[in-house]
Amino acid sequence: MLPKALLTRMYRTLYTIRAFETSSIQLYRRGLIRGYLHPYAGEEAIAVGVCAALGEDDYIVSTHRGHGHCIARGGRLPEMMAEIMGREPGYCRGRGGSMHISDIDTGNLGANGVVGAGIPLGVGAALGAHIRGEDRVAAVFFSDGASNNGVFAESLNLAAIWNLPVLFVLENNQYAVSTPIEQSSRDTDLHHRGAAYGVESCAVDGNDVVEVYERAVEACARCRRGDGPVLVEAVTYRQGGHHVNDPGQYMPADRVAHYRERDPLVVGKRHLLEEGATEDEVAKLEAEVEAEMEAAIAFGEASPEPSVEAFVAELEAS
Amino acid sequence: MGAADRVILYREALNEALCNEMRRDPGVFIMGEGIAERGGSYKVTAGLLDEFGPQRVIDTPIAEASFTGMGVGAAITGMRPVVEILFVDFAMLVMDQVINQAAKYRFMTGGRGRVPLVLRTQGGVGDGLAAQHSQSLEALFYHTPGLKLVMPSTPGDAKGLLTSAIRDDDPVVCIEHKLLYLSEGEVPAGEYAIELGRADVKRSGGDVTVIAWSGMVPRCLAAAEHLAASGIEAEVVDPRSLVPLDRDTILASVRKTEHVVIVQEAVRRGGVASDIASIIQAEAFDYLDAPIEILAGRDTAIPYNKQLEQACIPQEADIVAAVRRAVYA
Repeated sequence: MLPKALLTRMYRTLYTIRAFETSSIQLYRRGLIRGYLHPYAGEEAIAVGVCAALGEDDYIVSTHRGHGHCIARGGRLPEMMAEIMGREPGYCRGRGGSMHISDIDTGNLGANGVVGAGIPLGVGAALGAHIRGEDRVAAVFFSDGASNNGVFAESLNLAAIWNLPVLFVLENNQYAVSTPIEQSSRDTDLHHRGAAYGVESCAVDGNDVVEVYERAVEACARCRRGDGPVLVEAVTYRQGGHHVNDPGQYMPADRVAHYRERDPLVVGKRHLLEEGATEDEVAKLEAEVEAEMEAAIAFGEASPEPSVEAFVAELEAS
Repeated sequence: MGAADRVILYREALNEALCNEMRRDPGVFIMGEGIAERGGSYKVTAGLLDEFGPQRVIDTPIAEASFTGMGVGAAITGMRPVVEILFVDFAMLVMDQVINQAAKYRFMTGGRGRVPLVLRTQGGVGDGLAAQHSQSLEALFYHTPGLKLVMPSTPGDAKGLLTSAIRDDDPVVCIEHKLLYLSEGEVPAGEYAIELGRADVKRSGGDVTVIAWSGMVPRCLAAAEHLAASGIEAEVVDPRSLVPLDRDTILASVRKTEHVVIVQEAVRRGGVASDIASIIQAEAFDYLDAPIEILAGRDTAIPYNKQLEQACIPQEADIVAAVRRAVYA
């Protein structure tokens, strides 16, 4: 088993992401968030397990469903909340919103509004590090939907021919918006695609943070030895529709129930309890996270809107 | 011609810019199809592999969208990539990475991110390359906020503009012209940068302002000599950088000559010439003595046959006729 401190840290992050998504949906309903909001609920173990395996200098590339990656990489909740509320102190000064949060300081190249488009960005970050002779891995998060886009195939091949330290993290949540994977792929074991490019590939239970973490540690070690890239397919399921306004009625009730039983928070908590944590300790941790979240929301709500005059002046000066 | 200037080819001038910048900044690297061993289809990158090695002079597979995206990712994380797209026609394969990623990243990050990327490509009609290798597509990049766009017409401009493009912290598209690679011109030796957004008056004259860029510049200069023989002195203004655009130099010339002809190889509809015309009429309407003439490529794909091909693109005689219309209107 993993050390209790690590399991505690990972559970705390799982819980933080879930709390962030629960809060953001409420804020959306209250009209404080506009546009698109793609909750990561149900997929948290992937971001948490992978990011726990990364080093401080490593990079990540996120997706339109990106809050979890940002948090797992150490993103600051108040600035995230301010950003999704479109406020000036947000990560992107209210210019980006949920789909474009990035955090250069933590090596997070950012979320992306175009499915698959972030994949080559991450390979490029790895290439730059490789040219500079630096030991950095780029973990690229993308979806089963993105794996049917041309840049996935191209980027897998490019990373392979140059042995780049890229951890391709295929978050297979089994839907491209509403289209089930069975309709878009004959072989639904998407990690099989890696072999065609000579890339070491495997599948993991994307709802089990320990399994994800252990595979990610192995994959990073391989990348750092110069034997990258690695493709890890993390099989998971959304706990809702594609975005906040999609009830996900096309998702069969029995599958939803199956994956709810395997909720990443339930699995993560079980690991933690098995390693000796008490229910009281877990409850205390959860209460701390709830308090942090309330503070972040309060920060967002109190934050000023960007000034239109200043915005126009910036444009005219550029 | 200064003491340090020599006459070299356009492609050699580009090579000097790349070579100097790669020596100056270890973050500069280049990638594209056949640019390393082969030295590029037009020999722009010849010799760079020998000096800088395969780490910084990278031959890519035919995967334009992804290697351009890699350039964007490397740029975001501290490098200065120069990505070559063999033909501007093939840049259609990378438009998501250029328009949705590179052009918007700085903005979307609230100014925290930078994309110091150069996309080098070449366009225009060549010698029978037909519909998918002959286009002039600058308007697509010109239209997009967040991109800079340069189109050098001489070897000197090619070196100076590419140097500045590489040093710029924003994405710059550099569209070369395939018919200019073997053209000669004076080029300063050593480091040479031309500030982006500075037009160049390629020929002075008091009767009419002819605005042209890239491959149309030498053609306009030839037309201007022809016109001079019949007493019409044309001032040929080459913006060189379309974004940012040097409005001041264009408008100063228009106020002097009061007649304007804009010549572009690209099709007219939705083109850069129309936008420059709109700027002139808004800023210098009272100075205009005649309607602005726009001479542009025909509204068609480029045909293979030589006579048909030439009929699609402004020729010297067309420019002479357009100037006469403008001056005598």
